[in-house]
Amino acid sequence: MMELICPAGTPAALKSAIDAGAEAVYCGFNDETNARNFPGLNFSRDELRRGIALAHRSDAKVLVAINTFPRASRVELWQRAVDDAVSADADALILADIGLMDYTARRHPNQRLHVSVQAAAANPDAIAFYVETFGARRVVLPRVLSVPEIAEISREAACETEVFVFGGLCVMAEGRCSLSSYATGKSPNMQGVCSPASHVAYEQTPQGTTSRLGGFTINRFEPSEPAGYPTLCKGRFSTEQAKGLAERQPEQRVAFLDRGGLQNSSKFCEWPYALTRSGRPNFAAERAILSELRGMEVRPESIDRGRARLSVNLGARLLSLTRPEADRRRSGS
Amino acid sequence: MNAPSVAPSGPLPVIPPLVAVAMRPLPLLPLQRVLSGFLQRICQRNPAIFDRLGEHSRARFGIRPTDLPFAFVVEAAPPHLTVVRDLPRDLDARISASLANLLALLEGKVDGDALMFSRELVIEGDIEAVLALRNAIDDAQLDLAAELSSLLGPLAGPARRALEAARDSLIGGSRRPFK
Repeated sequence: MMELICPAGTPAALKSAIDAGAEAVYCGFNDETNARNFPGLNFSRDELRRGIALAHRSDAKVLVAINTFPRASRVELWQRAVDDAVSADADALILADIGLMDYTARRHPNQRLHVSVQAAAANPDAIAFYVETFGARRVVLPRVLSVPEIAEISREAACETEVFVFGGLCVMAEGRCSLSSYATGKSPNMQGVCSPASHVAYEQTPQGTTSRLGGFTINRFEPSEPAGYPTLCKGRFSTEQAKGLAERQPEQRVAFLDRGGLQNSSKFCEWPYALTRSGRPNFAAERAILSELRGMEVRPESIDRGRARLSVNLGARLLSLTRPEADRRRSGS
Repeated sequence: MNAPSVAPSGPLPVIPPLVAVAMRPLPLLPLQRVLSGFLQRICQRNPAIFDRLGEHSRARFGIRPTDLPFAFVVEAAPPHLTVVRDLPRDLDARISASLANLLALLEGKVDGDALMFSRELVIEGDIEAVLALRNAIDDAQLDLAAELSSLLGPLAGPARRALEAARDSLIGGSRRPFK
């Protein structure tokens, strides 16, 4: 069985994803407890409650990301987010901070807990710690992992795993990047925003467009050249040793989607649009990708010994593959 | 499940320069009255727009259709729209694109990021305010034909059909089903 988990930046996106057949949606509150704390996005308490009720009427799940790191002076903001998500009937909480996981495990022992990608749990021992200590049921693996690494970790993992397949690649260890904080005073780990729009400037000149972040020039684009958002770690760089363009490394990712005609978009809720625009209903592209995954290192039969589930995050989206008993039966193993 | 979207393929049409020149002498006030009423109607029917704009709800946006001889200054709170020949300097942000692309953005038919990165959309000024505006509009799922025709009382039905036909020929068939 395959489970599709989609992001939702707004109630409209949540409804659209569910209408399109997503089995689960993940989203967050409209504050700094959520690592996608972009202006105009995310959910109020009331919107989340209504969104979860809507999802449950369609037998879909809602996973609530509370995946930034509480500051010492404002821990209660994150704890209140946990309490409110639980009372809104969230199917799982996606957490990054061990203090918050401890709070959740103690205060809400029956609440399903997922380890956020921001926690950077990149090896089986780290995953086992989260499972044994907090009862974590799933871990979202760091985006820097290769397919063979994903397969290796998934074989050993003590819980379900998810991986990003199609998304913006952080060059730093997840949850431990200070670049954005250095340039703008705001970071994905603390405020939920990397390279925040509040610090972005585009300058149009006859020579083209210059993009800046916090006063730093990140990139210059010729008039006919496709432009980009000035994400701090994805511009053009020059050092004494070399110069180059930092961008995604497709070979390192499980990013088959471009072949399927999907766009690389970091926009929170863009992917279903791309999917349906290409005329493929029912997530056929994702399922095809999963087939490719199976054909590579990550074969369901090699993942685990009975409980495993491979989840694949398609950039802004998650594919979750429950260990396919049907496949096992088909193969006669 | 929603029907697959019929999103526009390829660049959207632009208003021919000769037509734009012919429009230049037209008085702006009648257009301003119609569009102001339109904006107020949208804001009344979609109050969540203000919540999503947050601290940017009082921002002044300059919107310039690059193929028209006039532009718009838009404020959300309170809803206010002015039609001008040239955008003033004291704006929080400026947004420039062809009229068809601007309409497609309003209806969520095109991806604003892609449009911007392909240089068909130019944004200057407070990028965060523009991002908040984009996300607020996305969530509102505006249907311009329905909104505009609702101003016309008993003529709303036929007006809506005519506006939908005009819109579809300009920016594509159905609205984007996902945001």
